[in-house]
Amino acid sequence: MKITGAEALIKALEMEKVDVMFGYPGGCILPAYDPLLQSPIRHILVRHEQGAGHMAEGYAHVTGRPGVAMVTSGPAATNLVTPLCDAYMDSIPMVAITGQVSTTAIGTDAFQECDTVGITRSITKHNELVMSPADIPLAVRQAFHIATTGRPGPVLLDLPKDVLQNTMTWHWPTDDEVAASLPGYKPNTKGHPRMIKEAAKLMLAAERPVLYLGGGVLKARAAEQVKQIAELLNIPVVTTLMARGAFPDSHPLNLGMPGMHGTAAAVTALQKSDLLIALGARFDDRVTGKVATFAPEAKIIHVDIDPAEQGKVRKPDVPIVGDCREVTKELVKALRELLDGGEKQADVGPWRSRVSGWREQFPLTYEQSEPGEALKPQYCLEMLRDNAPEDTILVSGVGQHQMWSSQYWKFEKPYTWVNSGGLGTMGFSVPAAIGAKVGCPDKTVWAIDGDGCFQMTAQELITATLSNVPIKVGILNNSYLGMVRQWQEMFYGERYSEVDLGGGVPDFVKWAESMGCVGIRVDSPEEVEPAIEKANSINDRSVVVDFRVAEGEKVFPMVPAGASNDDILLPPSQTPKREFLR
Amino acid sequence: MSKPRHHILSVLVQNKAGVLARVAGLFARRGYNIFSLAVAPTEDPELSRITIVVDVEETPLEQIVKQLFKLIEVVRISELDPSRSVERELLIATVRAGAEVRGQLVELANIFDAKVVAVGVDALTLSLEGSPDKLDDFEELLRGYGIVELQRTGRIALPKLDREARVRAVKGKAS
Repeated sequence: MKITGAEALIKALEMEKVDVMFGYPGGCILPAYDPLLQSPIRHILVRHEQGAGHMAEGYAHVTGRPGVAMVTSGPAATNLVTPLCDAYMDSIPMVAITGQVSTTAIGTDAFQECDTVGITRSITKHNELVMSPADIPLAVRQAFHIATTGRPGPVLLDLPKDVLQNTMTWHWPTDDEVAASLPGYKPNTKGHPRMIKEAAKLMLAAERPVLYLGGGVLKARAAEQVKQIAELLNIPVVTTLMARGAFPDSHPLNLGMPGMHGTAAAVTALQKSDLLIALGARFDDRVTGKVATFAPEAKIIHVDIDPAEQGKVRKPDVPIVGDCREVTKELVKALRELLDGGEKQADVGPWRSRVSGWREQFPLTYEQSEPGEALKPQYCLEMLRDNAPEDTILVSGVGQHQMWSSQYWKFEKPYTWVNSGGLGTMGFSVPAAIGAKVGCPDKTVWAIDGDGCFQMTAQELITATLSNVPIKVGILNNSYLGMVRQWQEMFYGERYSEVDLGGGVPDFVKWAESMGCVGIRVDSPEEVEPAIEKANSINDRSVVVDFRVAEGEKVFPMVPAGASNDDILLPPSQTPKREFLR
Repeated sequence: MSKPRHHILSVLVQNKAGVLARVAGLFARRGYNIFSLAVAPTEDPELSRITIVVDVEETPLEQIVKQLFKLIEVVRISELDPSRSVERELLIATVRAGAEVRGQLVELANIFDAKVVAVGVDALTLSLEGSPDKLDDFEELLRGYGIVELQRTGRIALPKLDREARVRAVKGKAS
């Protein structure tokens, strides 16, 4: 029996066990929306295509399953560019489906035509313009296979309208057919045994080792094995922005986040280390600071599934290409074998106490506001953290509030933190939180946003209301583009240029209410906890809490862009004792 | 000026629409320079071979190869050592050739084993196939006569027959 390309598409998505997709219909994708009416796949109708992309990302972040977004051609496809790039930078598995003008019109500058595969080529793991309805099932299988294996990432399928309308004979490709169709795609998941053994030896010999965890640990679902390694060797751990939650913050070995706004202990431990065990981390500039002076005495073991990450920034002494879970499993085995065989681990006691000293001397800190003074954003986060229901998922936008969220939250479990790390996409938070809530409907999802970020994508709260996806939003509202203001204050002689967002306008409470949410405004410290309690008690609607916070607050510690990690700027109260960071 | 450091990459790709754009786009996006590029189907109609000559130091070359591997349609990459591979390129040039120098040009063509493919009143079109170095020399000599137009194909290359020592197959297919 013949079916249309559109029917084949929806059927293929069902075969891939897609339970939900985020999208927005339009001209060229219209044929695909018709069979969707009969499909068990839930479709969340967004308010802007960018929202669909970020929702798919949020969903993928918390579930580990690929998020699916479907939009039409032209402007819809270009609106999807930002989330695709975001997903590419943060290795988020995602499948995007875009409509395209009919094959006969391609290249004629037809209405709502754009070169979608051309535009998205460098920001997707793979993309394809499907030119025949018969090719749809294989294209969909390939897309899900590529998006979810190896280093995950976004895959885009561009489907011309006539390809969706014309008919084909259904055939669901076998695994072998998929493999044969991708002769050049064979991700290496198992680390090289000799390299693993070498790594294990280095790990036992190191006197100042640090486990440097990146997002790959979460992508590979390797948190359990990583913990085994940390505890077996009793060595400190740092969790990058993308790895928050991969190792419990309450664990005595966890030094927190390294990097530009990392803890002094985490930054300094990397600097003074003699062995960095980098797991699924990519030596991002926000972590290394000035590369030439990064961890100058450290040997490097680099475990990453993407061979191109090996040596991209820092040449590893032991490169291991493989999946973090498989490799760490083997590493645990190799370490145990060596120890059972009588090898002794070097004494890491002195290093541990040195590191603990830094942690005790230089905790994250801020100055509490005096009575009558403006509310401190860090205080709001501490209260949100202390009142959060168990397993709360925290989602943030980009800027100061993102750094404070990462710093002041306590992440105990994997997949409880969702943020835009690599691309730094303002406006990520609200739609990503909606996607996370769709993926984990039983968990509380708090979106922490800045007032700048919120104004970029707030309209998706209408989606949340109409699709019954209740999230909670805490706006740390300082009426400024806070991070830019911080840089202008510190590096541009307090010359504030275009960072004042106007205060007062919009009225976030009224805006929230107009979108069917509960809006709460908080001005003083005593109002914080009651507002959070109220927000946590409302579960049938989304809630927006507008925290009016101090405008001049800065994020500390800070390694200025391009500076060495050795030149970390501490909060003013800790500056006098910086000599202890030796 | 020091001679650029050339590396020859022989890239086997799936013969599909857009693959060349992907390869070229990758070079542009990562800031690598392509010196020359030639592409055509191989003995297997499913596959094409792209011969890319890049002008880089060792370290970026390793990154280029690894990034190329990440393209889904790239099946295999070999780096060919110029001293251990057969390289060929084709050059066609139209040169000013008044009656007084025509004889010299034909003689030059004979020495190089080039062919005269067209003759005009005051110009000649010559073609030469051979190693890129030979083409360089020929081009240099033609320059003195006045080159009207010149086109080279970019080199194509295969390893010399004794393969083992001569092909450095690049390991570690990307994710």
